[in-house]
Amino acid sequence: MAEETKTPQLDDLEDGPWPSFVTEIKRAAEKNPMAGDLLGLLEKSYEDKIGHWKHGGIVGVKGYGGGVIGRYTDMPEEFPNVREFHTVRVAQPSGWFYTTDALRKICDIWEEHGSGLTNFHGSTGDVILLGTKTEELQPTFDSLSDAGFDLGGSGSDLRSPSCCVGPARCEYACFDTLDMCYDITNEFQDELHRPMWPYKFKIKMSGCANDCVAAVARADCSVIGTWRDSITIDQDEVKKYVDGGMDVQKLICDKCPTRCLSFDAKTSELSVDGDECSRCMHCVNYMHKAIRQGSEKGATILIGAKSTIVKSAFLSWVLVPFMKMEAPYTEFKELMGRIWEWWDENGKTRERLGELVYRVGMGEFLRAIDLPPVPQMVFRPRANPYVFWQKEEISD
Amino acid sequence: MAKIDIGPPDYKKFLPPVIKENYGKWLYHEHVKPGVLKHVGPDGELYSIRVGNPRLVSVDFIRDLCELADQYCDGYLRFTSRNNVEFLTPNVGNVDPLIEACNAKGLPVGGTGKSLSNIVHTQGWVHCHTPASDASGIVKAVMDDLYEYFGRDDLPAKLTVAMACCLNMCGACHCSDIAIVGVHRTPPQINHELIRKGTEIPSLVACCPTAAIRPDPKNKSVTVVDERCMYCGNCYTMSPGMAIMDAKNDGVAIMVGGKVSNARSAPSFSRMVIPFLPNNPPRWPEAVEAVRHIVEVWLAHAHESERVGEWIERVGWERFFELTGIPFTDKLIDDYIFSRETFRTTAAFKY
Repeated sequence: MAEETKTPQLDDLEDGPWPSFVTEIKRAAEKNPMAGDLLGLLEKSYEDKIGHWKHGGIVGVKGYGGGVIGRYTDMPEEFPNVREFHTVRVAQPSGWFYTTDALRKICDIWEEHGSGLTNFHGSTGDVILLGTKTEELQPTFDSLSDAGFDLGGSGSDLRSPSCCVGPARCEYACFDTLDMCYDITNEFQDELHRPMWPYKFKIKMSGCANDCVAAVARADCSVIGTWRDSITIDQDEVKKYVDGGMDVQKLICDKCPTRCLSFDAKTSELSVDGDECSRCMHCVNYMHKAIRQGSEKGATILIGAKSTIVKSAFLSWVLVPFMKMEAPYTEFKELMGRIWEWWDENGKTRERLGELVYRVGMGEFLRAIDLPPVPQMVFRPRANPYVFWQKEEISD
Repeated sequence: MAKIDIGPPDYKKFLPPVIKENYGKWLYHEHVKPGVLKHVGPDGELYSIRVGNPRLVSVDFIRDLCELADQYCDGYLRFTSRNNVEFLTPNVGNVDPLIEACNAKGLPVGGTGKSLSNIVHTQGWVHCHTPASDASGIVKAVMDDLYEYFGRDDLPAKLTVAMACCLNMCGACHCSDIAIVGVHRTPPQINHELIRKGTEIPSLVACCPTAAIRPDPKNKSVTVVDERCMYCGNCYTMSPGMAIMDAKNDGVAIMVGGKVSNARSAPSFSRMVIPFLPNNPPRWPEAVEAVRHIVEVWLAHAHESERVGEWIERVGWERFFELTGIPFTDKLIDDYIFSRETFRTTAAFKY
């Protein structure tokens, strides 16, 4: 008969081909009693079908209002080593690039001061150091700072901006997402580390409309790379795709949302009506050796995305159809300043930017931040006549 | 005292030489095989070997990755937005030995191109205070079950699965091909003592999106109109006295058809197709089976390049329910604030 284990349900999750988080908690538990008690507490949740963490808790390090998430178990007697089990968010480098030296420094610090458990990375993008005692928070931060790392955002502040792999390894990047992410994160350190807004604010940068960091779904400000002129087509490369068996008519032209591509099957020539292209990236994705983005590159700024809580999920919508995105990003930073000032003034507690704009209207928002309305902002104009006319637009 | 506000480390220190030389100049890339990308620039080529991991890992796991990166990649690696690891090397001769070394350590290689990528997920019972379900456990069970699709890149399109353990959706799963979402189904259990202790009652009342919470000045607390509550849990975030977790009634919903890419069609939300499946740890068999079934029906019917949502929009949602055999119920018709845009305002449809 097999020896009875204390965590039979979690043990079951060590089987199977995908690497197991349970195995990882056990590895950490060999060195650290916090990880051991986490395993026991989690098994209890599996038995009870309920979480065993108490509501919130405010903890932090000197000079910061965010970056640490307080967590306490509701079963401190049974699992004393996770009585306090706070999370530390560490701001990630742009594009999540690392050297092994840098990663080992984080590992050594966390082995000394915390549970030894991590997430690479959390959903927003930070390195998550999962679980330590209150007394270890300041020493953890001090060591991280000495090693060249800083905390990320939490609470009602700017969350750590994040970006796609960009020009470091992608030919589709229409602007330098890594540089912009690094630049604005440094510019907005105060906004990031000291919560002072109605709620959280996220900025995410994707180098093209494929949007590999899901900026349009998650970021209050989504910066998505695009171009203004026409795609270009290399006919010799098109012929190579045709020779390789690609059905260009079916897979490229028929899938083009604006039907701006035409293919002559006799000559294998692919042509584009460039003015009608909406730059969705489909043809570039499928034939990137033959089809190149235009050369006048920049980004579309969209605003408002958030997840479901409270007024349903929002996708970001267009605010600035095209902005040049080059250091020092002055136009972008000034726009953020105007948006934040208005949101701070008008937003209710826990009201994201998108919800506020939805509540008071785009017209009000555009007038406040001094941007012109353009048709690219909407799929279609309103179907009702209920316009909020401004005083100066009405005759005395 | 340690320095504050130093910001994240400069990424340029962490870029391998081949990336520095080709930065912003890459010409094209090729999908060499599942899990392996080759990028070609004017000053050399780069191989990226993508490897799955459970995201919740020990520092020794990270050190294992470092050992592999030291041995095969001159000490350079990165992580992706879906929590995969990418080993980076300019040396084609290192690719297969690295893959063998990963396999020997039980690390799956794949997730590139038209494959299933790693599941983006939240903390669940591991570390969250509002979860309606665990996250890591279901994710492990689903990835065990769909394992082959991580290592294959011949699907109709890429397949993104995400898991959020409550409606806060920290995992932003609301635009995924398939989303598993923790849901509560019962109103909060009010603890008047905890509310009196430190809750700002006007803020608590105001936070409720359906105005189900009413002030109760006599009691210095609040009441909840149960019929108005949609169990979002927003009130618990405002006050510890509004506990929403319910072991008997919490579970998960399945939503499908979302995407964030602009390719072909606009970014779109995932839509609910199964309103509730029970929390059945450790392996959530009902949820695992539901996800696999939807994937298999998509594989059987989608055209090349069609994401799950694009396939469903082409054939129609009525056809989706027929093909999958998933029952359509009143729970799937929106009755919240943006419902009207989902009603079918045309007499053209299928049977």
